[in-house]
Amino acid sequence: MRIGLFIPCFIDAFFPEVGIATLELLERFGHEVVYPRDQTCCGQPMANSGFNADCAATEALFVRNFSGFDYVVGPSGSCVHHVRDNFDAIEQTDEVREVRARTYELVEFLHDIEKAEAFPWARFPHRIGLHNSCGTLRRLKHATPSELHEPFFSKPMDLLSKVAGIEFVTPARPDECCGFGGTFSVFEEAVSTKMGYDKVTDHARAGAEYIVSADSSCLMHQQGCAERIGVPIKFIHIAQILNGAAA
Amino acid sequence: MSSESERARNAAAMLHPELLADHDDAATTRGGRRLDHAEGSSKPLRPPPEKQPRGAKIHGSRPVDQAEAAERFLAAPQHEKMHDERLWDLRQKRDREMHGMPEWEELRSLASAIKEHTLTRLDEYLEQFEANAQKNGVHVHWARDAAEHNAIVHAILKDHGAKSLIKSKSMLTEECGFRHYMASVGIEVIETDLGERIQQLDNEDPSHVVVPAVHKLRTDVAEVFAKTIGTDPDNSDVHYLAEAQRRSNRPLILAADAGMTGCNFAVAETGSVVVCTNEGNADLSANVPKLHIASIGIEKIIPRLEHLAVFVRLLSRSALGSPITQYTSHFRGPRKGGEMHIVLVDNGRSERLGMAEFWTSLKCIRCGACMNTCPVYRRSGGLSYGATYSGPIGLIIDPTFNARKYSNLPFASTLNGSCSNVCPVKINIHEQIYAWRRELVKLHEVPFAKKAAMKAAGELLSRPAAYRAAITATNAALAHLPRFVIYSRLDAWGKHREVPHPPKQTFHSWYQANRGGKR
Repeated sequence: MRIGLFIPCFIDAFFPEVGIATLELLERFGHEVVYPRDQTCCGQPMANSGFNADCAATEALFVRNFSGFDYVVGPSGSCVHHVRDNFDAIEQTDEVREVRARTYELVEFLHDIEKAEAFPWARFPHRIGLHNSCGTLRRLKHATPSELHEPFFSKPMDLLSKVAGIEFVTPARPDECCGFGGTFSVFEEAVSTKMGYDKVTDHARAGAEYIVSADSSCLMHQQGCAERIGVPIKFIHIAQILNGAAA
Repeated sequence: MSSESERARNAAAMLHPELLADHDDAATTRGGRRLDHAEGSSKPLRPPPEKQPRGAKIHGSRPVDQAEAAERFLAAPQHEKMHDERLWDLRQKRDREMHGMPEWEELRSLASAIKEHTLTRLDEYLEQFEANAQKNGVHVHWARDAAEHNAIVHAILKDHGAKSLIKSKSMLTEECGFRHYMASVGIEVIETDLGERIQQLDNEDPSHVVVPAVHKLRTDVAEVFAKTIGTDPDNSDVHYLAEAQRRSNRPLILAADAGMTGCNFAVAETGSVVVCTNEGNADLSANVPKLHIASIGIEKIIPRLEHLAVFVRLLSRSALGSPITQYTSHFRGPRKGGEMHIVLVDNGRSERLGMAEFWTSLKCIRCGACMNTCPVYRRSGGLSYGATYSGPIGLIIDPTFNARKYSNLPFASTLNGSCSNVCPVKINIHEQIYAWRRELVKLHEVPFAKKAAMKAAGELLSRPAAYRAAITATNAALAHLPRFVIYSRLDAWGKHREVPHPPKQTFHSWYQANRGGKR
């Protein structure tokens, strides 16, 4: 398959290793992966703040960059959620609808489309706490949220359980939001950081060495919180583990 | 020590002392007997209790600064910890009840469908309700807004020469500023719900639709009662405080001239009013005095009695994680020799019903589950919203009353969506929060600095060359990138957390260097 690699702006700037892991992982499965160089952002920061008109040009650019691929895959739940569910500042032409429908978050691509059976190159002998970001959990439906009375499933856990050595720990409040919330993180910085402190403390108390997530934005926020209050816990994106990161 | 008992001990240590009041060593004798009043007051001195943080500062119609009030709430760690844990405990109890009912999700869908059906034929059902209530011998009044509601109730009370009114908890009367109005016309109002009475005595609004004083520690209550009903200021034993309140309130209840209740469900086919309480105080309010007035928001209508079963099964499970409220009282008509009035209140509801994106907020049954689950609400307290309705449901209802005053509220959310999942009538709360942000931008109710920053971000992010130039060097990335995230409070990210560590190169430059030939 020919895949357009969608590297969200903050991953490009702060977490290049997450982008590299995503690229290599998709290539391991034999896909032709193309990184359109003119990509910038999906428009989510403006849209989430209510400024829909201001993301029209950015959304149009996204479509220009990612038109014509079999799939567009990005390692960020909230960005993919924006593209798929809220990307409506521009006219919904066939081309726009096509790009939106073909855009997948990495975990769901590997789980639902690739149906990945094994990651023989990966080994991660550590206790991990899985952080389901709200975008992946309640919008992209990676897993059953604790509020609903539905049969349990978890796509990220399915994938991670195929990696040798992983031991899962369960925090007391497994799917409580960590408080990032995009512009919320600065608009309500006091509440945002308190939520972050509580999140990392909960994982640490459960015995996690690593917090693992499909969203680098949550991890960036949690890491900043853990470092500030001195919680000794490490952070890693799920793409890095699945690609065989040694820790 | 086994890991089992260790876990139990750790769990107890993590729990806020407020939640362990029954096991308070200082309130129990060595023989295991609870201390009575006199003994309780002689317990050893403790450090002065933490002051209760107060709610948002209100300046007329100027935008309420929820973030500022939340910051003060967080600065009172005992309050914040108790509040967060207490409400999270309710959420967990709700989950347990849910897991005990295989048909839970089906019930939610049914409840939502009944409400949507009713709201789309509201005029018919309201008239049916009115006709049936009148047949039952009830006087029915219609109020366009809060002022009309207050005036109608005042006129009824005046007709009966009533000077005092006991009432059970009602969010609608809070909406109408009813207590303040009654004070201005010289009628004494006595709240009969314990939490609501605490809030009334403290001259403070309820902070939660179900547990109105949940933000208060027992030491706060001791302080309020000491000032208002003369309890011992040093005794914060909950049994002592509850008993003292009961003794001070009961005589007022028995002597009251009139009684008032709200309404949880108004049944069109029977014309009856259903009120759910845990204290039985609606029954006192409706049955002790000869005159009973029920104030009802027009969205409370359900078509038939059989529909009530669906809601009764969901209401208390969602609210408190208990199977049912202690009392589910049906009021169908006046008692012998008494009089019953119903005031049907619109107060903006018809207008909301016409709002394409927001009308389903009228399905709300005021269970408070969205507040209990909301991580922002739990850490900022209901009074930080500065509005009648706080928490997630407040974010989408309050702006319909005053878009300017409550323009900040839809931004007091991470859009995590837990609220929509716990909602027993399936209101898409987080999607409406998102929609309100768009709406407020359209109405120009957002700060100019934010507007300018978003416009600039939109321009930069749509021009690849300019964008690339802005973040080429990683140091520059750190300087530029936060700008479209951080629009006005430039130092907000780093105030309480560390900034991300800049990598040696961006993904883009890594790609150019390592895969540069590939296009």
